[in-house]
Amino acid sequence: MTAPKKKLKVATTSLAGCFGCHMSLLDIDERLFTLLEHIEFDRSPLTDIKEVSPDCDIGIIEGGLCNAENVHVLRDFRKNCKILIALGACAINGGLPAQRNHLPLTTILEEVYHTSPGVSNGMIPNDPELPLPLDQVHPIHEVVKIDYFIPGCPPSAEAIWKVLTDLLAGREPELGHGLMHYD
Amino acid sequence: MSYQLETAEHPEMLRRVAIDPVSRVEGHGKVTILLDDQNKVHQVRLHIVEFRGFEKFIQGRPYWEVPVMVQRLCGICPVSHHLAASKALDIIVGAKKLTPAAEKLRRLMHYGQMLQSHALHFFHLCSPDLLFGFDSDVTRRNIVGVAAAHPEIAKRGVLLRKFGQEVIRVTAGKRVHGTGAVPGGMNKSLTIAERDELLKDIYHIVAWSRDAVHLIQKVHTQDPGLYNSFGIFRSNFMSLVGHNGDLDFYHGTLRARDDNGKLIFDGVDYQEYDRYIDEEVRSWSYMKFPYFRSLGKEHGWYKVGPLARVQNCNQISTPFAEHERKEFVDYAGGTPMHAPLAYHWTRMIEMLHAAEVIKELLHDDDLLSNDLMVEGERQMEGVGVIEAPRGTLFHHYRVDENDLITMANLIVSTTNNNQAMNEAVRHVARRYLHGHEVTEGLLNHIEVAIRAFDPCLSCATHALGKMPLAVELVDAEGLLIHSLSRA
Ligand code: SF4
Repeated sequence: MTAPKKKLKVATTSLAGCFGCHMSLLDIDERLFTLLEHIEFDRSPLTDIKEVSPDCDIGIIEGGLCNAENVHVLRDFRKNCKILIALGACAINGGLPAQRNHLPLTTILEEVYHTSPGVSNGMIPNDPELPLPLDQVHPIHEVVKIDYFIPGCPPSAEAIWKVLTDLLAGREPELGHGLMHYD
Repeated sequence: MSYQLETAEHPEMLRRVAIDPVSRVEGHGKVTILLDDQNKVHQVRLHIVEFRGFEKFIQGRPYWEVPVMVQRLCGICPVSHHLAASKALDIIVGAKKLTPAAEKLRRLMHYGQMLQSHALHFFHLCSPDLLFGFDSDVTRRNIVGVAAAHPEIAKRGVLLRKFGQEVIRVTAGKRVHGTGAVPGGMNKSLTIAERDELLKDIYHIVAWSRDAVHLIQKVHTQDPGLYNSFGIFRSNFMSLVGHNGDLDFYHGTLRARDDNGKLIFDGVDYQEYDRYIDEEVRSWSYMKFPYFRSLGKEHGWYKVGPLARVQNCNQISTPFAEHERKEFVDYAGGTPMHAPLAYHWTRMIEMLHAAEVIKELLHDDDLLSNDLMVEGERQMEGVGVIEAPRGTLFHHYRVDENDLITMANLIVSTTNNNQAMNEAVRHVARRYLHGHEVTEGLLNHIEVAIRAFDPCLSCATHALGKMPLAVELVDAEGLLIHSLSRA
């Protein structure tokens, strides 16, 4: 990785995630500065770029799909990124939010907006600005092709670092024993 | 207090501009602005657009799973949810008072959380606005830009956050989503090696935190015209206060003041929070709008978080942070400071306090003790409240005789600030957008106001709404996975 080489563009987003996977990415600590010598961030919660650029090299997705907007953002990432990585349990299998999948949406709605303690005016939000929720939380590979999966809730900073440095060096990413965790 | 600009009279006649997604905040939100042909602003709303459904799906789970599950509401302050839930469950297992070791370990974990979250917010997310200006070049407005222009500031931000994360790791087992607290206590103490490792760094962590207060103080006081007025509105505020009215992030009673600083209530046992706070639902956001019942919907809303806490307490127990608190109060001239950008200054005072408390705790041998658990008479209901980095956080659970959760109600910190954030963006829209061509730089002004509150929109999305629309979810091969429609 010598100096004049073009930096890789990396976009990241959190769909129905908790941001913990992004935190784990930042948990590479000082190595962030080493990483920045080789990559530039495109659309990401860490920048003010709001749309993925058409020539993105790597897209990193945290979180599963819980509403129509998540699906839209995911498709946009797939269209514009050469490599797409599913980061963490939520992206891979829906994660904890998928525990709502056995419940009918209306039951949850009723409870949160009508019967929960201290609600003064029961009403279900219904503005067109709010995206349609899916009635189940879905993993992202059901909707687009995913190139790599990094498991864990969240995956450790070491695991994320390993995958990114492998990709930067042009190697096939390999987690191997010790970095493969599901907790 | 008014709801000016919340709802336009004829939205159908107006042009819509959206900030979507709001960036350099945690989680998902968008802002919509409705303008007429003369670029006059008629409506501004901060919408919380997502749902994940926690309150409902934790029902039916055994109560001891809850402190681990609810962390997944938020990866930035998982410890706050972990501890608020644990405190509620302490009540349920009858642990009226924890052992000194357990309480101090939890405090250490929580103050580590405070330090890392405040550092993340200030350095990684907000510092570009504060150092480069609100309408500086969009490609530079991020931590990478800060690292290029001010490498020392960026590096300290990263290392301050790292230290906080390490405090969490040794107390909870993992940096994100650990398992340290259990109903009635803690599941591990510190080893001498773990403690000594942290002690090695704590002195420069305190020093860097002091420098951070001075940095934001300088930025703020050099441009008082902007910083004292940007996005300003008056409101009540609320926080927990500890023993003797001290600033306390882990435990205490509820105190609220009005916009002049006069007490509305004080010494309130948070088990009774639902006698004081109600929540209103509005059609355009999945996040509810809480308010003090005694003052009603229109006048009862409030701010929480650093700006509320630092002005609500009587004093701070650690010397450097107390010195800085007094400087801040003097600057405000003896009346409550309402400027949203003062959140940054008070947030750094809190970070310094967290560093000082961690230093004190690391010298306390109770951290090494294995006397970690207490039990008592089993209860069916408990409320846990904590001061999370973004403000007061409520967890409320009921449990049946089989130990399964039957009811959960959460009011997260960002929800408490919902109306306040909406007021701030409307103020900015009136001042900077009204009658002007809307540019990227002007739109960032709106986001600067939102960021001051350090909203955690992923936390805020635990509730769910429904839309009269239809979608089809199609897989990569074009096959229909399922469709959903709603009348
Ligand atoms: S996998 Fe875990 S850490 Fe990552 S977004 Fe989901 S809940 Fe958060």
